Amino acid sequence: MSAPAPTAPPAATGTTVLQFTDVARQFPDGTVALEGVDLTIQRGEFVTVVGPSGCGKSTLLRIASGLDEASAGTATVDARRIGYVFQDATLLPWRSVQKNVELLAELHGMSKTATNQAALDAIELVGLRGHEKKLPRALSGGMKMRASLARSLTLDPDLFLFDEPFGALDEITRERLNDELIRLFVAKGFGALFITHSVSEAVYMSTRVLVMSGRPGHIVDSFEVPFGTDRTPELRFTPEFAKLAGEVSHALREGHS
Amino acid sequence: MTATLPTAEETRVTTTLESPTQAPVAAGATPAPLVRRRRRNKLTSYLLPVVVFAALIGVWYAITYLFLEPGKRFLMPAPHTLITDALLDPVITDKVWPALGRTIVVSFAGLGIAIVIGMLWAIAMSQSKAVEASLYPYAVALQCIPILALVPLIGFWFDFGFESRVIVCVMIALFPIVSNTLFGIQSVDRGHHELFTLHRAGRITRLVKLQLPAALPAIFAGFRISAGLSVVGAIVGDLFFKKGDPGLGILLSNFSSRLQGAPLFFTIVVTAVLGFAVFFLFGLLAKLAVGRWYDQSRDAG
Ligand SMILES: Nc1ncnc2c1ncn2[C@@H]1O[C@H](COP(=O)(O)OP(=O)(O)OP(=O)(O)O)[C@@H](O)[C@H]1O
Ligand SMILES: [Mg+2]
Repeated sequence: MSAPAPTAPPAATGTTVLQFTDVARQFPDGTVALEGVDLTIQRGEFVTVVGPSGCGKSTLLRIASGLDEASAGTATVDARRIGYVFQDATLLPWRSVQKNVELLAELHGMSKTATNQAALDAIELVGLRGHEKKLPRALSGGMKMRASLARSLTLDPDLFLFDEPFGALDEITRERLNDELIRLFVAKGFGALFITHSVSEAVYMSTRVLVMSGRPGHIVDSFEVPFGTDRTPELRFTPEFAKLAGEVSHALREGHS
Repeated sequence: MTATLPTAEETRVTTTLESPTQAPVAAGATPAPLVRRRRRNKLTSYLLPVVVFAALIGVWYAITYLFLEPGKRFLMPAPHTLITDALLDPVITDKVWPALGRTIVVSFAGLGIAIVIGMLWAIAMSQSKAVEASLYPYAVALQCIPILALVPLIGFWFDFGFESRVIVCVMIALFPIVSNTLFGIQSVDRGHHELFTLHRAGRITRLVKLQLPAALPAIFAGFRISAGLSVVGAIVGDLFFKKGDPGLGILLSNFSSRLQGAPLFFTIVVTAVLGFAVFFLFGLLAKLAVGRWYDQSRDAG
């Protein structure tokens, strides 16, 4: 509960921030959403999960965040703070961008000046400078997502969870946000667990892609992505990219049947 | 693919029906009539109420002078006599204006108390299912028991003066505040709740930073309903609790028992205007408080 100082040096790359061992989740109504999930994420790793709709991807994130609990197996999180970006931006409509971005720092009991500074920095990082005073309803979908991202960034999390954050955006906005997120990831070095429906987005963003099967969801395949951190949109048109994306798609179809 | 075709055809037919002069083809042709239609709407929205008002006044005159014998015209005195025999008669206005003031005091006192009690009641219920289950039936009871049946009791307990009038107001105004506040708090977005849970927000923080702000539009809608009701409450209270200086309700009953047609109608109009004023005042307050971010109130502007 006690809030660590925001200036504390981030843990080094390579520290394990999330570990799932044989995690299962059965809901009271009998639905088995997850079964036998093993997963380790370290700082500096960007892990993406793709899988058919309803296979338990959100459940996986909810367990990682502590919003839900595994019904079997162990889920260990070793992060000072967790960032969680939902599919909806979930901004509070009565708060300005600035105030929305300050919310989590406020909830964590940071001082007013630290909160304010953290928000300004985060707003700068996601490119929302000049929009601080706007209300959410005056923002485009992409800008809302940026604000939501900035809100989590104020906490300087070691573990970042993303639940299809760009799913509702148009392709151009989505690709731009992909690039910005990669830039943030390289700069901050957090560990990321990212969920998407898009194979192309998964391969483009990640250091590792996990493929989940249909319900009960478990991880059926894992692909290391060899492209390094310096990724540009042109990467999407290289044969290597197409080959890997093809393999992931294939695994997805296999797991689906 | 085949399913979209009939829809397109239907749209075209509708366009033709609405603006027969316009070529019924391109979508690009619609903006012009749209603008014109809106302007016409604006004109009618100002003109129409005036026309209706004039028509009502005309009917009123017709009833007074065409249907009522001169000896019975006090039943419906002509509109202008409200001005000549009431508004401009100091004997009448010396009664009406102070009574108006007292009615305002009673209804605002009642409303203020109802707001405090109602919101605390709703907040208490929102914090625990058990509290809600045990307290909500009483809120409903308040709505269902005819207040008039309790009036004699209130008189016995609190005497037949100011306090009893205020209590009637509170009882009438309470329910919309309780139910709207509770509804507002309970309809907070689940995603927002999870955000607060995720970051371990306490009960009070959640209430102050999430639930109450999110509920404000509903709360203000409740205030507006209750404000109108508390004016009704003040008038009803007057009719039963006649101790002390009279409010509008007492005047209404006095004028009517003395067959003073013009003063009676004048007082009715004043009462109605008070109701309207209170309703609009709270509409304005709501707009100031949440209009900035709450979409619904944009329509009003
Ligand atoms: N609280 C719950 N009670 C019962 N069943 C649930 C509950 N939450 C989720 N489920 C079920 O568990 C399964 C997995 O849900 P989850 O939301 O994790 O899927 P998902 O992979 O995120 O799907 P999508 O891609 O559509 O977002 C679904 O079949 C869902 O209906
Ligand atoms: Mg999901």
